[in-house]
Amino acid sequence: MWKPNSRNSIERPSFLGATAVAGVGFTDFSKASPHSVLRLAVDSCRAAIEDAGLAREDIDGVISYSLFNDSVACQAVATELALPDLTYALDMNMGGVSPALAVMNAAMAVSVGVARNVLVFRALKGRSGVRVGAAQFRAPTGQYRYPIGYGAYPYYMAMLARRFMIDTGATEEDLGAVAIAQRVHAARNERALRRAPLTLDEYLEAPWVAEPFHTVDCTTEIDGACAVLVTSLETARALLQPPAVIDGAAWATGFGSGLDIADLHSWPDYATICHHALADRLWRSAGIGPGQVDVAELYDCFTAPVLFTLEGLGLVGPGESGSFVRDGHTALDGRLPVNTHGGLLCEGYLHGMNTLAEGVIQVQGRGGERQVDRAETCLVTSGAMGDGSAMIFRRG
Amino acid sequence: MPGHLGCHGRRLGDDLPARLMIESANITGHAPDIDEDSVPFWEGLAEGRLVVARCGACGRLSFPPTASCPSCGKPATTPHIVSGQGSVYSWIRVHAALDPAFANDVPYVILTVSLDEDPDARVTGRLLNDPGTPLEAGAVVRLAPYRVAEDIVLPGFTLNTPAEEAR
Repeated sequence: MWKPNSRNSIERPSFLGATAVAGVGFTDFSKASPHSVLRLAVDSCRAAIEDAGLAREDIDGVISYSLFNDSVACQAVATELALPDLTYALDMNMGGVSPALAVMNAAMAVSVGVARNVLVFRALKGRSGVRVGAAQFRAPTGQYRYPIGYGAYPYYMAMLARRFMIDTGATEEDLGAVAIAQRVHAARNERALRRAPLTLDEYLEAPWVAEPFHTVDCTTEIDGACAVLVTSLETARALLQPPAVIDGAAWATGFGSGLDIADLHSWPDYATICHHALADRLWRSAGIGPGQVDVAELYDCFTAPVLFTLEGLGLVGPGESGSFVRDGHTALDGRLPVNTHGGLLCEGYLHGMNTLAEGVIQVQGRGGERQVDRAETCLVTSGAMGDGSAMIFRRG
Repeated sequence: MPGHLGCHGRRLGDDLPARLMIESANITGHAPDIDEDSVPFWEGLAEGRLVVARCGACGRLSFPPTASCPSCGKPATTPHIVSGQGSVYSWIRVHAALDPAFANDVPYVILTVSLDEDPDARVTGRLLNDPGTPLEAGAVVRLAPYRVAEDIVLPGFTLNTPAEEAR
Protein backbone atom coordinates (compact mmCIF):
# COMPACT_ATOMS: atom_id res chain seq x y z
CA MET A 1 0.00 0.00 0.00
CA TRP A 2 0.94 3.65 -0.44
CA LYS A 3 3.36 5.09 2.07
CA PRO A 4 4.58 8.68 2.30
CA ASN A 5 8.07 9.16 0.89
CA SER A 6 9.76 11.93 2.82
CA ARG A 7 12.58 12.23 0.27
CA ASN A 8 10.15 13.52 -2.32
CA SER A 9 8.30 15.86 -0.01
CA ILE A 10 7.06 18.91 -1.90
CA GLU A 11 4.69 21.74 -1.07
CA ARG A 12 1.12 21.63 -2.25
CA PRO A 13 1.13 23.68 -5.47
CA SER A 14 -0.79 26.89 -4.95
CA PHE A 15 -3.30 26.42 -7.79
CA LEU A 16 -4.78 23.42 -5.99
CA GLY A 17 -7.95 24.16 -4.07
CA ALA A 18 -8.18 27.54 -5.83
CA THR A 19 -9.26 26.44 -9.31
CA ALA A 20 -12.07 24.30 -10.70
CA VAL A 21 -13.62 22.75 -13.76
CA ALA A 22 -16.90 24.55 -14.28
CA GLY A 23 -18.25 22.91 -17.42
CA VAL A 24 -17.88 20.00 -19.82
CA GLY A 25 -18.82 19.69 -23.49
CA PHE A 26 -19.06 16.71 -25.82
CA THR A 27 -19.86 16.02 -29.44
CA ASP A 28 -21.39 12.74 -30.53
CA PHE A 29 -18.92 9.86 -30.49
CA SER A 30 -19.06 7.78 -33.66
CA LYS A 31 -17.11 5.57 -36.02
CA ALA A 32 -17.45 8.06 -38.88
CA SER A 33 -18.32 11.67 -38.14
CA PRO A 34 -19.68 13.75 -41.01
CA HIS A 35 -17.91 16.78 -39.50
CA SER A 36 -14.38 18.13 -39.76
CA VAL A 37 -12.01 17.87 -36.80
CA LEU A 38 -12.22 21.66 -36.52
CA ARG A 39 -15.99 21.57 -36.25
CA LEU A 40 -15.83 18.78 -33.66
CA ALA A 41 -13.35 20.85 -31.64
CA VAL A 42 -15.45 24.00 -31.87
CA ASP A 43 -18.71 22.20 -31.05
CA SER A 44 -17.24 20.62 -27.91
CA CYS A 45 -15.74 23.94 -26.78
CA ARG A 46 -18.99 25.82 -27.37
CA ALA A 47 -20.83 23.14 -25.39
CA ALA A 48 -18.40 23.48 -22.47
CA ILE A 49 -18.80 27.28 -22.41
CA GLU A 50 -22.59 26.97 -22.42
CA ASP A 51 -22.53 24.21 -19.81
CA ALA A 52 -20.65 26.52 -17.45
CA GLY A 53 -22.95 29.43 -18.19
CA LEU A 54 -20.27 31.65 -19.70
CA ALA A 55 -20.18 33.56 -22.99
CA ARG A 56 -17.51 33.33 -25.68
CA GLU A 57 -16.25 36.79 -24.70
CA ASP A 58 -15.30 35.36 -21.30
CA ILE A 59 -12.79 32.90 -22.77
CA ASP A 60 -9.19 34.09 -22.78
CA GLY A 61 -7.26 30.83 -22.81
CA VAL A 62 -7.32 27.62 -24.87
CA ILE A 63 -5.25 24.45 -24.51
CA SER A 64 -5.35 21.53 -26.91
CA TYR A 65 -3.45 18.29 -27.27
CA SER A 66 -2.87 16.10 -30.27
CA LEU A 67 -0.88 13.17 -31.56
CA PHE A 68 0.54 12.65 -35.05
CA ASN A 69 -0.88 16.03 -36.11
CA ASP A 70 -4.41 14.65 -35.80
CA SER A 71 -6.12 17.77 -34.40
CA VAL A 72 -6.45 21.51 -34.92
CA ALA A 73 -4.60 24.32 -33.19
CA CYS A 74 -6.01 26.50 -30.43
CA GLN A 75 -5.92 29.50 -32.76
CA ALA A 76 -8.24 27.71 -35.17
CA VAL A 77 -10.82 27.17 -32.47
CA ALA A 78 -10.40 30.75 -31.26
CA THR A 79 -10.97 31.98 -34.80
CA GLU A 80 -14.07 29.91 -35.52
CA LEU A 81 -15.56 30.66 -32.09
CA ALA A 82 -14.83 34.37 -32.63
CA LEU A 83 -12.97 34.63 -29.34
CA PRO A 84 -11.96 38.28 -29.12
CA ASP A 85 -8.54 38.06 -27.46
CA LEU A 86 -6.68 35.05 -26.07
CA THR A 87 -4.04 35.81 -23.46
CA TYR A 88 -2.95 32.17 -23.24
CA ALA A 89 -2.77 29.29 -25.74
CA LEU A 90 -0.92 26.00 -25.64
CA ASP A 91 -0.86 23.24 -28.27
CA MET A 92 0.54 20.04 -26.79
CA ASN A 93 1.67 17.06 -28.89
CA MET A 94 1.72 14.34 -26.23
CA GLY A 95 -1.41 12.25 -26.78
CA GLY A 96 -3.13 10.50 -23.90
CA VAL A 97 -0.61 11.42 -21.21
CA SER A 98 -1.92 14.98 -21.51
CA PRO A 99 -5.45 15.47 -20.12
CA ALA A 100 -4.64 15.96 -16.44
CA LEU A 101 -1.45 17.82 -17.38
CA ALA A 102 -3.38 20.10 -19.75
CA VAL A 103 -5.93 20.90 -17.05
CA MET A 104 -3.06 21.48 -14.61
CA ASN A 105 -1.65 24.01 -17.07
CA ALA A 106 -5.02 25.70 -17.42
CA ALA A 107 -5.38 25.89 -13.64
CA MET A 108 -1.85 27.28 -13.29
CA ALA A 109 -2.57 29.95 -15.91
CA VAL A 110 -5.76 30.92 -14.08
CA SER A 111 -4.19 30.89 -10.66
CA VAL A 112 -1.31 33.21 -11.58
CA GLY A 113 -3.58 35.59 -13.47
CA VAL A 114 -2.44 34.91 -17.03
CA ALA A 115 -5.99 33.95 -18.01
CA ARG A 116 -9.39 33.84 -16.36
CA ASN A 117 -11.36 31.15 -18.20
CA VAL A 118 -9.47 28.46 -20.11
CA LEU A 119 -10.86 25.81 -22.44
CA VAL A 120 -9.06 22.47 -22.68
CA PHE A 121 -10.12 20.31 -25.60
CA ARG A 122 -9.32 17.11 -27.46
CA ALA A 123 -10.77 16.59 -30.94
CA LEU A 124 -9.91 13.92 -33.47
CA LYS A 125 -11.23 11.62 -36.12
CA GLY A 126 -9.52 8.68 -34.55
CA ARG A 127 -11.62 6.12 -36.38
CA SER A 128 -12.23 7.47 -39.87
CA GLY A 129 -9.00 9.51 -39.96
CA VAL A 130 -5.57 8.87 -38.42
CA ARG A 131 -5.82 5.65 -36.36
CA VAL A 132 -3.26 5.87 -33.59
CA GLY A 133 -3.42 2.15 -32.90
CA ALA A 134 -1.60 1.35 -36.13
CA ALA A 135 0.02 4.68 -37.02
CA GLN A 136 3.77 4.84 -37.66
CA PHE A 137 5.61 8.06 -36.89
CA ARG A 138 9.12 9.43 -37.10
CA ALA A 139 10.83 8.85 -33.77
CA PRO A 140 14.32 7.93 -32.56
CA THR A 141 13.37 4.32 -31.78
CA GLY A 142 11.12 3.71 -34.76
CA GLN A 143 14.11 2.00 -36.40
CA TYR A 144 14.08 -0.73 -33.74
CA ARG A 145 10.31 -1.29 -33.88
CA TYR A 146 8.80 -0.88 -37.35
CA PRO A 147 11.29 -3.02 -39.32
CA ILE A 148 10.62 -6.14 -37.20
CA GLY A 149 6.83 -5.89 -37.07
CA TYR A 150 6.73 -4.30 -33.61
CA GLY A 151 5.06 -1.08 -34.59
CA ALA A 152 1.78 -0.41 -32.82
CA TYR A 153 0.51 0.66 -29.40
CA PRO A 154 -1.33 -2.56 -28.62
CA TYR A 155 1.99 -4.37 -28.99
CA TYR A 156 3.93 -2.05 -26.65
CA MET A 157 1.27 -2.16 -23.96
CA ALA A 158 1.01 -5.94 -24.36
CA MET A 159 4.77 -6.16 -23.75
CA LEU A 160 4.31 -4.29 -20.45
CA ALA A 161 1.22 -6.30 -19.55
CA ARG A 162 3.02 -9.62 -20.06
CA ARG A 163 5.76 -8.64 -17.64
CA PHE A 164 3.15 -7.37 -15.17
CA MET A 165 1.49 -10.79 -15.35
CA ILE A 166 4.84 -12.55 -14.86
CA ASP A 167 5.77 -10.47 -11.82
CA THR A 168 2.40 -10.06 -10.09
CA GLY A 169 0.67 -13.30 -11.02
CA ALA A 170 -2.15 -11.47 -12.80
CA THR A 171 -4.04 -13.75 -15.20
CA GLU A 172 -5.90 -13.50 -18.45
CA GLU A 173 -9.09 -13.71 -16.38
CA ASP A 174 -7.98 -10.63 -14.45
CA LEU A 175 -7.63 -8.66 -17.67
CA GLY A 176 -11.00 -9.99 -18.74
CA ALA A 177 -12.60 -8.87 -15.49
CA VAL A 178 -11.71 -5.26 -16.36
CA ALA A 179 -13.33 -5.50 -19.78
CA ILE A 180 -16.43 -7.21 -18.36
CA ALA A 181 -16.89 -4.76 -15.47
CA GLN A 182 -16.65 -1.72 -17.71
CA ARG A 183 -19.28 -3.06 -20.12
CA VAL A 184 -21.72 -3.04 -17.21
CA HIS A 185 -21.07 0.68 -16.74
CA ALA A 186 -21.20 1.42 -20.46
CA ALA A 187 -24.70 -0.07 -20.63
CA ARG A 188 -25.78 2.96 -18.58
CA ASN A 189 -23.97 5.47 -20.79
CA GLU A 190 -25.63 6.47 -24.05
CA ARG A 191 -22.41 8.00 -25.35
CA ALA A 192 -20.55 4.68 -25.17
CA LEU A 193 -20.00 2.74 -28.36
CA ARG A 194 -19.53 -0.70 -26.77
CA ARG A 195 -22.61 -1.26 -24.60
CA ALA A 196 -23.40 -4.96 -25.01
CA PRO A 197 -22.69 -7.18 -21.99
CA LEU A 198 -19.51 -9.26 -22.19
CA THR A 199 -19.11 -12.71 -20.63
CA LEU A 200 -15.84 -14.30 -19.61
CA ASP A 201 -16.28 -16.97 -22.31
CA GLU A 202 -16.83 -14.28 -24.93
CA TYR A 203 -13.77 -12.46 -23.64
CA LEU A 204 -11.56 -15.54 -23.79
CA GLU A 205 -12.80 -16.45 -27.27
CA ALA A 206 -12.37 -12.99 -28.76
CA PRO A 207 -9.64 -12.86 -31.42
CA TRP A 208 -6.11 -12.12 -30.30
CA VAL A 209 -4.52 -8.83 -31.29
CA ALA A 210 -1.22 -9.60 -29.61
CA GLU A 211 -1.04 -12.01 -26.69
CA PRO A 212 -1.97 -11.27 -23.93
CA PHE A 213 -4.48 -8.86 -25.53
CA HIS A 214 -7.68 -9.86 -27.27
CA THR A 215 -9.63 -7.36 -29.36
CA VAL A 216 -11.79 -6.60 -26.32
CA ASP A 217 -8.74 -5.66 -24.25
CA CYS A 218 -8.22 -2.73 -26.62
CA THR A 219 -9.99 0.61 -26.71
CA THR A 220 -12.43 1.35 -29.48
CA GLU A 221 -11.25 4.18 -31.71
CA ILE A 222 -13.76 6.95 -32.42
CA ASP A 223 -14.39 10.30 -34.04
CA GLY A 224 -15.39 12.99 -31.57
CA ALA A 225 -14.40 15.77 -29.23
CA CYS A 226 -14.58 16.72 -25.58
CA ALA A 227 -13.77 19.97 -23.80
CA VAL A 228 -13.72 21.28 -20.24
CA LEU A 229 -13.77 24.83 -18.92
CA VAL A 230 -11.24 25.71 -16.20
CA THR A 231 -11.64 28.80 -14.06
CA SER A 232 -11.03 30.05 -10.54
CA LEU A 233 -13.00 28.42 -7.74
CA GLU A 234 -14.43 31.83 -6.92
CA THR A 235 -15.73 32.28 -10.48
CA ALA A 236 -16.95 28.68 -10.66
CA ARG A 237 -19.12 29.17 -7.57
CA ALA A 238 -21.12 31.83 -9.41
CA LEU A 239 -21.70 29.67 -12.51
CA LEU A 240 -24.35 27.13 -13.47
CA GLN A 241 -22.75 23.86 -12.35
CA PRO A 242 -21.32 22.83 -9.01
CA PRO A 243 -17.54 23.35 -9.19
CA ALA A 244 -15.29 20.32 -9.56
CA VAL A 245 -12.45 21.67 -7.43
CA ILE A 246 -8.97 20.84 -8.70
CA ASP A 247 -7.55 19.56 -5.44
CA GLY A 248 -4.58 17.42 -6.42
CA ALA A 249 -2.41 17.03 -9.50
CA ALA A 250 0.85 15.47 -10.53
CA TRP A 251 2.93 14.71 -13.58
CA ALA A 252 5.79 12.23 -13.89
CA THR A 253 8.31 11.49 -16.57
CA GLY A 254 9.62 8.40 -14.84
CA PHE A 255 13.35 7.58 -14.86
CA GLY A 256 14.14 5.94 -18.20
CA SER A 257 10.79 6.97 -19.66
CA GLY A 258 12.17 6.38 -23.17
CA LEU A 259 13.38 8.26 -26.23
CA ASP A 260 9.87 8.63 -27.65
CA ILE A 261 6.34 7.84 -26.61
CA ALA A 262 6.55 4.28 -27.90
CA ASP A 263 9.98 3.42 -26.46
CA LEU A 264 10.18 0.97 -23.57
CA HIS A 265 13.84 -0.04 -23.75
CA SER A 266 15.09 2.20 -20.93
CA TRP A 267 12.09 1.69 -18.64
CA PRO A 268 13.55 -0.08 -15.60
CA ASP A 269 10.57 -2.23 -14.60
CA TYR A 270 7.89 -3.31 -17.09
CA ALA A 271 5.61 -4.32 -14.22
CA THR A 272 5.21 -0.63 -13.39
CA ILE A 273 4.05 2.47 -15.31
CA CYS A 274 4.11 6.22 -14.73
CA HIS A 275 1.50 6.06 -12.01
CA HIS A 276 3.87 4.16 -9.74
CA ALA A 277 6.26 7.10 -10.26
CA LEU A 278 3.78 9.89 -9.58
CA ALA A 279 1.77 8.30 -6.74
CA ASP A 280 3.63 9.92 -3.88
CA ARG A 281 3.55 13.35 -5.50
CA LEU A 282 -0.15 13.07 -6.31
CA TRP A 283 -1.30 12.11 -2.83
CA ARG A 284 0.94 14.71 -1.21
CA SER A 285 -0.44 17.40 -3.49
CA ALA A 286 -3.99 16.53 -2.47
CA GLY A 287 -3.24 15.94 1.21
CA ILE A 288 -5.11 12.64 1.13
CA GLY A 289 -4.21 8.99 0.68
CA PRO A 290 -5.57 6.43 -1.75
CA GLY A 291 -8.11 5.20 0.78
CA GLN A 292 -9.91 8.53 0.63
CA VAL A 293 -10.96 8.39 -3.03
CA ASP A 294 -14.65 7.72 -3.76
CA VAL A 295 -14.46 7.06 -7.49
CA ALA A 296 -11.62 6.54 -9.97
CA GLU A 297 -11.52 7.21 -13.70
CA LEU A 298 -8.36 5.41 -14.82
CA TYR A 299 -6.80 5.78 -18.26
CA ASP A 300 -7.56 2.53 -20.06
CA CYS A 301 -6.41 2.47 -23.66
CA PHE A 302 -6.22 -1.25 -22.82
CA THR A 303 -7.46 -3.37 -19.91
CA ALA A 304 -4.04 -3.83 -18.33
CA PRO A 305 -3.41 -0.16 -17.42
CA VAL A 306 -6.36 -0.34 -15.01
CA LEU A 307 -4.56 -3.08 -13.06
CA PHE A 308 -1.20 -1.29 -13.26
CA THR A 309 -2.76 1.96 -12.05
CA LEU A 310 -4.76 0.45 -9.19
CA GLU A 311 -1.51 -0.99 -7.82
CA GLY A 312 0.76 1.88 -8.83
CA LEU A 313 -1.27 4.48 -6.98
CA GLY A 314 -1.69 2.23 -3.96
CA LEU A 315 -5.46 1.92 -4.39
CA VAL A 316 -4.89 -1.80 -3.80
CA GLY A 317 -1.86 -3.72 -2.62
CA PRO A 318 0.76 -5.25 -4.91
CA GLY A 319 -0.70 -8.20 -6.82
CA GLU A 320 -4.23 -7.51 -5.58
CA SER A 321 -5.69 -5.62 -8.55
CA GLY A 322 -7.01 -8.65 -10.42
CA SER A 323 -8.96 -10.09 -7.53
CA PHE A 324 -10.17 -6.59 -6.62
CA VAL A 325 -11.81 -6.24 -10.03
CA ARG A 326 -12.98 -9.87 -10.22
CA ASP A 327 -14.66 -9.54 -6.83
CA GLY A 328 -16.77 -6.62 -8.06
CA HIS A 329 -15.13 -3.85 -6.04
CA THR A 330 -14.91 -1.55 -9.10
CA ALA A 331 -18.67 -1.69 -9.77
CA LEU A 332 -20.82 1.44 -9.41
CA ASP A 333 -21.83 0.25 -5.94
CA GLY A 334 -18.45 -1.28 -5.12
CA ARG A 335 -15.73 -0.14 -2.72
CA LEU A 336 -14.08 1.92 -5.48
CA PRO A 337 -16.14 2.45 -8.63
CA VAL A 338 -13.75 2.57 -11.60
CA ASN A 339 -14.41 3.95 -15.08
CA THR A 340 -18.04 4.74 -14.50
CA HIS A 341 -18.58 5.71 -18.17
CA GLY A 342 -17.24 2.40 -19.41
CA GLY A 343 -13.77 3.82 -19.93
CA LEU A 344 -11.92 4.32 -23.15
CA LEU A 345 -12.54 0.61 -23.71
CA CYS A 346 -16.28 1.17 -24.15
CA GLU A 347 -17.08 4.87 -24.41
CA GLY A 348 -14.33 5.39 -26.95
CA TYR A 349 -10.72 6.42 -27.39
CA LEU A 350 -10.78 10.17 -26.95
CA HIS A 351 -7.29 9.89 -25.48
CA GLY A 352 -8.47 10.40 -21.93
CA MET A 353 -10.20 13.78 -22.22
CA ASN A 354 -13.50 11.94 -21.79
CA THR A 355 -12.01 10.08 -18.80
CA LEU A 356 -11.24 13.40 -17.12
CA ALA A 357 -14.64 14.84 -18.03
CA GLU A 358 -16.33 11.80 -16.48
CA GLY A 359 -14.50 12.54 -13.24
CA VAL A 360 -15.88 16.07 -13.31
CA ILE A 361 -19.39 14.78 -14.03
CA GLN A 362 -19.22 12.35 -11.10
CA VAL A 363 -18.16 14.92 -8.47
CA GLN A 364 -20.76 17.30 -9.87
CA GLY A 365 -23.38 14.59 -9.32
CA ARG A 366 -24.50 14.67 -12.94
CA GLY A 367 -23.83 11.03 -13.84
CA GLY A 368 -27.50 10.11 -14.23
CA GLU A 369 -28.00 6.34 -14.33
CA ARG A 370 -24.31 5.77 -13.73
CA GLN A 371 -23.91 8.27 -10.89
CA VAL A 372 -21.98 6.91 -7.92
CA ASP A 373 -23.82 7.53 -4.64
CA ARG A 374 -21.03 9.13 -2.71
CA ALA A 375 -18.69 10.88 -5.14
CA GLU A 376 -17.10 13.63 -3.09
CA THR A 377 -13.58 12.90 -4.30
CA CYS A 378 -12.60 11.57 -7.71
CA LEU A 379 -9.25 10.43 -9.08
CA VAL A 380 -8.50 10.80 -12.80
CA THR A 381 -5.39 9.45 -14.55
CA SER A 382 -3.89 10.13 -17.97
CA GLY A 383 -1.35 7.84 -19.62
CA ALA A 384 -0.33 4.21 -19.37
CA MET A 385 3.41 3.97 -20.08
CA GLY A 386 6.49 5.77 -18.75
CA ASP A 387 5.05 9.25 -18.44
CA GLY A 388 1.65 10.53 -17.49
CA SER A 389 -0.44 12.71 -15.25
CA ALA A 390 -3.19 12.45 -12.68
CA MET A 391 -5.65 14.74 -10.93
CA ILE A 392 -7.93 14.75 -7.90
CA PHE A 393 -11.31 16.49 -8.10
CA ARG A 394 -13.33 17.37 -5.02
CA ARG A 395 -16.97 18.35 -4.95
CA GLY A 396 -17.08 22.14 -4.43
CA MET B 1 35.89 -7.33 -39.75
CA PRO B 2 36.43 -4.37 -37.41
CA GLY B 3 37.58 -2.37 -40.40
CA HIS B 4 34.02 -2.44 -41.71
CA LEU B 5 33.07 -0.11 -38.92
CA GLY B 6 35.22 2.66 -40.35
CA CYS B 7 35.67 5.46 -37.88
CA HIS B 8 34.74 3.30 -34.89
CA GLY B 9 37.93 1.23 -35.15
CA ARG B 10 38.45 -1.81 -32.96
CA ARG B 11 35.69 -2.42 -30.46
CA LEU B 12 35.78 -4.12 -27.11
CA GLY B 13 34.49 -7.62 -27.75
CA ASP B 14 35.67 -7.91 -31.32
CA ASP B 15 37.15 -11.27 -30.40
CA LEU B 16 33.68 -12.70 -29.72
CA PRO B 17 32.41 -15.04 -32.42
CA ALA B 18 29.92 -13.56 -34.86
CA ARG B 19 26.47 -15.17 -34.86
CA LEU B 20 25.16 -17.23 -37.71
CA MET B 21 23.24 -15.08 -40.16
CA ILE B 22 19.76 -16.34 -40.97
CA GLU B 23 19.36 -15.92 -44.71
CA SER B 24 15.59 -16.06 -44.86
CA ALA B 25 13.22 -15.06 -47.59
CA ASN B 26 10.19 -16.00 -45.48
CA ILE B 27 10.28 -13.20 -42.96
CA THR B 28 8.95 -9.73 -43.62
CA GLY B 29 11.00 -6.71 -42.62
CA HIS B 30 11.45 -3.05 -43.41
CA ALA B 31 14.61 -1.02 -43.80
CA PRO B 32 15.50 0.74 -40.54
CA ASP B 33 15.60 4.52 -40.46
CA ILE B 34 19.22 4.63 -39.26
CA ASP B 35 20.52 7.75 -37.50
CA GLU B 36 23.92 8.98 -36.31
CA ASP B 37 23.56 7.25 -32.94
CA SER B 38 22.63 3.86 -34.35
CA VAL B 39 25.20 3.28 -37.11
CA PRO B 40 27.41 1.00 -34.97
CA PHE B 41 24.42 -1.14 -34.01
CA TRP B 42 23.27 -1.70 -37.58
CA GLU B 43 26.75 -2.18 -38.98
CA GLY B 44 27.51 -4.67 -36.24
CA LEU B 45 24.29 -6.56 -36.83
CA ALA B 46 25.15 -6.93 -40.52
CA GLU B 47 28.34 -8.68 -39.34
CA GLY B 48 26.39 -10.96 -37.02
CA ARG B 49 27.26 -9.06 -33.87
CA LEU B 50 25.18 -7.29 -31.22
CA VAL B 51 26.58 -3.82 -30.57
CA VAL B 52 25.17 -1.81 -27.68
CA ALA B 53 26.54 1.23 -25.85
CA ARG B 54 28.89 1.07 -22.87
CA CYS B 55 29.48 4.01 -20.56
CA GLY B 56 33.13 4.82 -19.92
CA ALA B 57 32.18 6.54 -16.69
CA CYS B 58 29.88 4.06 -14.93
CA GLY B 59 30.44 0.93 -16.99
CA ARG B 60 26.75 0.25 -17.61
CA LEU B 61 25.52 -1.12 -20.92
CA SER B 62 22.55 0.46 -22.65
CA PHE B 63 20.28 0.13 -25.66
CA PRO B 64 19.24 1.97 -27.79
CA PRO B 65 22.71 3.47 -28.22
CA THR B 66 22.91 7.15 -27.31
CA ALA B 67 25.88 9.47 -26.92
CA SER B 68 25.18 9.95 -23.23
CA CYS B 69 24.61 7.18 -20.72
CA PRO B 70 20.94 6.82 -19.64
CA SER B 71 22.12 5.52 -16.26
CA CYS B 72 24.48 8.34 -15.22
CA GLY B 73 24.03 11.03 -17.89
CA LYS B 74 27.74 11.29 -18.77
CA PRO B 75 28.59 11.86 -22.47
CA ALA B 76 30.93 8.89 -22.34
CA THR B 77 29.49 5.95 -24.26
CA THR B 78 31.25 3.89 -26.90
CA PRO B 79 30.01 1.03 -29.09
CA HIS B 80 30.41 -2.27 -27.28
CA ILE B 81 29.98 -5.78 -28.65
CA VAL B 82 28.16 -8.23 -26.41
CA SER B 83 27.78 -11.99 -26.75
CA GLY B 84 24.20 -11.89 -28.00
CA GLN B 85 23.26 -14.30 -25.21
CA GLY B 86 20.33 -13.25 -23.11
CA SER B 87 17.07 -14.21 -21.50
CA VAL B 88 13.42 -13.46 -22.15
CA TYR B 89 12.29 -10.45 -20.09
CA SER B 90 8.90 -10.08 -21.76
CA TRP B 91 7.22 -11.21 -24.96
CA ILE B 92 4.15 -10.81 -27.12
CA ARG B 93 2.72 -12.98 -29.86
CA VAL B 94 1.29 -10.84 -32.65
CA HIS B 95 -1.83 -12.22 -34.30
CA ALA B 96 -3.25 -9.07 -35.88
CA ALA B 97 -0.81 -7.44 -38.30
CA LEU B 98 -1.55 -3.75 -37.72
CA ASP B 99 1.14 -3.09 -40.34
CA PRO B 100 -0.41 -4.99 -43.28
CA ALA B 101 3.06 -5.79 -44.62
CA PHE B 102 3.32 -8.45 -41.91
CA ALA B 103 0.01 -10.14 -42.74
CA ASN B 104 1.76 -13.28 -43.98
CA ASP B 105 3.97 -13.53 -40.90
CA VAL B 106 1.33 -13.83 -38.17
CA PRO B 107 1.40 -15.24 -35.64
CA TYR B 108 4.91 -14.23 -34.65
CA VAL B 109 6.68 -13.43 -31.40
CA ILE B 110 8.50 -10.24 -30.45
CA LEU B 111 10.88 -10.56 -27.52
CA THR B 112 12.30 -8.10 -25.04
CA VAL B 113 15.64 -9.69 -24.15
CA SER B 114 17.80 -8.97 -21.10
CA LEU B 115 21.48 -9.17 -22.00
CA ASP B 116 23.60 -11.64 -20.06
CA GLU B 117 26.30 -9.00 -19.59
CA ASP B 118 23.85 -6.53 -17.98
CA PRO B 119 20.27 -7.75 -17.48
CA ASP B 120 19.01 -4.16 -17.13
CA ALA B 121 20.07 -3.53 -20.72
CA ARG B 122 17.37 -4.85 -23.02
CA VAL B 123 17.08 -5.37 -26.75
CA THR B 124 13.99 -6.08 -28.83
CA GLY B 125 13.91 -8.67 -31.59
CA ARG B 126 11.89 -11.20 -33.48
CA LEU B 127 11.85 -14.79 -32.22
CA LEU B 128 12.76 -17.02 -35.16
CA ASN B 129 11.83 -20.41 -33.69
CA ASP B 130 8.48 -19.74 -32.00
CA PRO B 131 7.33 -22.92 -30.25
CA GLY B 132 3.73 -21.69 -30.47
CA THR B 133 3.22 -22.07 -26.74
CA PRO B 134 3.51 -19.59 -23.86
CA LEU B 135 7.12 -18.58 -23.26
CA GLU B 136 8.84 -18.68 -19.90
CA ALA B 137 10.36 -15.53 -18.48
CA GLY B 138 14.07 -16.13 -18.20
CA ALA B 139 14.19 -18.57 -21.11
CA VAL B 140 17.64 -18.53 -22.70
CA VAL B 141 17.93 -16.98 -26.15
CA ARG B 142 20.77 -16.04 -28.46
CA LEU B 143 21.13 -13.44 -31.16
CA ALA B 144 20.18 -14.57 -34.65
CA PRO B 145 20.35 -11.67 -37.10
CA TYR B 146 18.16 -12.29 -40.14
CA ARG B 147 18.46 -10.92 -43.62
CA VAL B 148 15.28 -9.76 -45.37
CA ALA B 149 16.99 -8.03 -48.30
CA GLU B 150 20.52 -7.80 -49.57
CA ASP B 151 21.21 -4.71 -47.50
CA ILE B 152 18.73 -5.23 -44.65
CA VAL B 153 19.65 -7.33 -41.62
CA LEU B 154 17.34 -7.18 -38.60
CA PRO B 155 17.64 -8.30 -34.96
CA GLY B 156 16.27 -11.76 -34.25
CA PHE B 157 16.75 -14.33 -31.53
CA THR B 158 16.40 -18.08 -31.24
CA LEU B 159 15.30 -19.98 -28.17
CA ASN B 160 17.82 -22.57 -27.05
CA THR B 161 16.49 -26.06 -27.77
CA PRO B 162 16.42 -28.65 -24.97
CA ALA B 163 19.46 -30.36 -26.53
CA GLU B 164 21.41 -27.12 -26.37
CA GLU B 165 20.25 -26.56 -22.80
CA ALA B 166 21.57 -29.98 -21.82
CA ARG B 167 25.00 -29.09 -23.13
